[in-house]
Amino acid sequence: MSQRYIDEEGFAIEGDNLDRKRFYGKIFVGVCFVSAIIGVIALGLLIADVINEAWGWLDWTFLTYPPSQLIENYLPDGRGAGIFPALIGSIILIALTAIFTILLGVGAAIYLEEYAPQSRLTSLIEANIANLAGVPSIVYGLLGLALFVRAFQMGSSLIAGALTLTLLILPIVIVASQEAIRAVPDSRRQAAFGVGATKWEVIRDVVLPSALPGIMTGTILSLSRAIGETAPILMIGAATTMFAPPIRDGPYGTQLPDLFGPFSAMPMQIFDWATLPQEGFQHVAAAGIVVLLTVLLSMNALAIYIRYRYETKT
Amino acid sequence: MSTADEVDLSHGGSRREHRVDSLVRWVFFICALLTILTTVGIILVLVQGAVTFFLDVSIIEYFTSIDWAPLDADPSFGIWPLIWGTLVITVGSALIAVPIGTLTAIYLSEYASDQTRSVLKPLLEILAGIPTIVYGFFALSFITPQIQRVFPDTGTFNALAGAIVVGIMIIPMVSSLSEDAMHAVPDDLRQAAYGLGATRFDVSTNVVVPAALSGIVAAYILAISRAIGETMAVTLAAGMRPQITTNPLEPIQTMTAYMVQVGTGDLSVGSIGYQSLFAVGLTLFAMTLAMNLVSLWIKGRYREVYR
Amino acid sequence: MSLVDAVTDRFATDLRAESTREPPADPDTIIEARDLSVYYGETLAIDSVSMRIPERQVTAIIGPSGCGKSTFLRSINRMNDLVQGARVEGELHFKGKNVYDEDVDPVALRRLIGMVFQRPNPFPKSIYDNVAYGLRIQDKDDNLDERVEQALRQAALWDEVNDQLDKNGLDLSGGQQQRLCIARAIATDPEVILMDEPASALDPVATAQIEDLIDDLARDYTVIIVTHNMQQAARISDKTAVFLTGGELVEFGDTSQIFSDPENERVEAYITGRFG
Repeated sequence: MSQRYIDEEGFAIEGDNLDRKRFYGKIFVGVCFVSAIIGVIALGLLIADVINEAWGWLDWTFLTYPPSQLIENYLPDGRGAGIFPALIGSIILIALTAIFTILLGVGAAIYLEEYAPQSRLTSLIEANIANLAGVPSIVYGLLGLALFVRAFQMGSSLIAGALTLTLLILPIVIVASQEAIRAVPDSRRQAAFGVGATKWEVIRDVVLPSALPGIMTGTILSLSRAIGETAPILMIGAATTMFAPPIRDGPYGTQLPDLFGPFSAMPMQIFDWATLPQEGFQHVAAAGIVVLLTVLLSMNALAIYIRYRYETKT
Repeated sequence: MSTADEVDLSHGGSRREHRVDSLVRWVFFICALLTILTTVGIILVLVQGAVTFFLDVSIIEYFTSIDWAPLDADPSFGIWPLIWGTLVITVGSALIAVPIGTLTAIYLSEYASDQTRSVLKPLLEILAGIPTIVYGFFALSFITPQIQRVFPDTGTFNALAGAIVVGIMIIPMVSSLSEDAMHAVPDDLRQAAYGLGATRFDVSTNVVVPAALSGIVAAYILAISRAIGETMAVTLAAGMRPQITTNPLEPIQTMTAYMVQVGTGDLSVGSIGYQSLFAVGLTLFAMTLAMNLVSLWIKGRYREVYR
Repeated sequence: MSLVDAVTDRFATDLRAESTREPPADPDTIIEARDLSVYYGETLAIDSVSMRIPERQVTAIIGPSGCGKSTFLRSINRMNDLVQGARVEGELHFKGKNVYDEDVDPVALRRLIGMVFQRPNPFPKSIYDNVAYGLRIQDKDDNLDERVEQALRQAALWDEVNDQLDKNGLDLSGGQQQRLCIARAIATDPEVILMDEPASALDPVATAQIEDLIDDLARDYTVIIVTHNMQQAARISDKTAVFLTGGELVEFGDTSQIFSDPENERVEAYITGRFG
């Protein structure tokens, strides 16, 4: 083969189609970049819109008063109205969910990572977890309604809500915990086995302490998803509006969460406000969203802090 | 050497340690098994409720009638208006999220500097973490008024606002899963293309995207599955009117929005309206399950390519 | 050539320990490095290298691992531009033009200097599309079938794959994959082919085939090959450059001379296996 494509002085001259290609390339990067910031712009618009609508409607009274049917009561010179019962309801709901998910999710993750044999049952469990993560949250609501509310006769209670949310976020918590457990170096396990620890002692004393930050990060992130979930607790019949938080009197003058009583939660209350036809309630809904997002973003920030703090250590 | 001196290796540790060890194994196993029970529970609850429903309502009517009016005096249960509503939202949101999400993923994976990535990615994660009820509010208070500026006849509830807001919601899902797939393309291939005199544009569009295609398609399917199951945003944005219409400025009702409508009403247990929840829920579950399984299957095939 | 012949031939050349092909009488220089240094961040990878590489010959670059031989190879077609933090000082002339001049487009440069990598890296596309890739992106897609066939023939792969051009490139054996990558590199008809340890991931039979192929390629192309295998360098190259630790070019000359009578003591120690 003798014919050369480009002669002696050829190469420094930019290739035949290169200018055109470079031009398309530039347009393409531009389009990609614009796409990448569309998401960011949408986020900015959303937050700006919410804050704009809530401006002037959010104050301390809003956090400490029960809701009202009258829009005047939400105004600064009104009798006071707000999100208090739903805020407390959400906090108790998430605390309960946290307890259940950590126990069940970490247990399942330990089983899958440390004990599970390579069997068909194990791969079935793994595939099933991946699939559960894709089930719409409203379907979990139906499960909670038929199982906890009706079959177990828990009614539309806090405990039924927390159990429903637990099943919803369990797949995410299990996967996150599995990753954290998998990241524990095997040499640490070997060291503990080497001094004669049993399997459980190795897990309790070596694996769990090392994996804890990762497990906490994953759990808090999924709880921050749970706190904003509306559809599942709506299906189990959580109240749209409650005038008192789900608290009852305990012995010796203490106050305890009323686990088997009705409750509302922030997303339910926001849904109610957002659908009220009267003028002004959209501002109240926006104020509620600001409270919800503040709680949610604080949880995210906590999770990121834990990840950052322990990542730099190890 | 007398036998008394022999080391006993048959019982390491105390008997109590052993009992604890096998007990915790069982406890953890039950935790893992619970996930299977959840799936079984979902299927049982949905099927049982749906069967009860179909004892009263003809399953043929359910799948052939195009009239959904469960609360009328003379009720009619044809699922198609709800499926239509769900499809409108799903197709509309995919038209938004697929191109934007894919281009975002290409930008993040092939072009962005580390610094840009470290800013963009967390912001997209926040976008993914915003509760859907907030998206619904955003549609009502911002998106619909913008649509009304262009089309003044648009009502408060319309399919377009629902599709737009769900589209925005699933952009991060498309972009992050597609980016993972592009990230998994071996750097060898990029090097090979650059070595042949490819520009970065060639490498992104002719090498990386085709090589990651099955992972990208799996991402699309998961995102679409998410759009099908999306509830609060479409309820608030697109409304509660079950109808088959091609006008995106009209209100519609999705399967999920119907379930919310029943869930917030005062329907007594055992009533036909209550039972219809489970028939619609089963239809929804079957659709998302099918999509999730297809996505898993595509992803499984994809892994084989690079061993 | 049958496999048995290929292996026998390889042992025969082994014994002679030099190329069977007579170098052209007065080869022109095609690539010239002038005080070329490459840094990765603060690390000096190659240290002010100067050398002249002749046209249409096989030049081998040998040395212990970490000596900078791959870095030097990648500085020729500016693949180091893709490494974050890589920095080049000095000049590298290709046909008399410094490729690090500002008006040089590295993409245009790479279209004239093809590259074959250590691990076979075919695209997950058909055999045909792999070979056609470079032609397509360079808009040389007239007579595509003909060009693809010619490249596959030159890469000694045509007889094995001509009835299965639709097959995925990843389904070929390791040796076939590497010959496919060579076909892909020569399809666009570059002037120079850079090879970065092209046989290190292959078995002896596949290695012998690649070595034969390199011998043939030198009739039309300038081949620069990095290898850690000294016997291989002795078998296939006309010129040999020896890099030693620190990224320093210690000796460069005719292969026969380097392997029989090196001037530098460290090179002698390295070649006889006492160092490296």
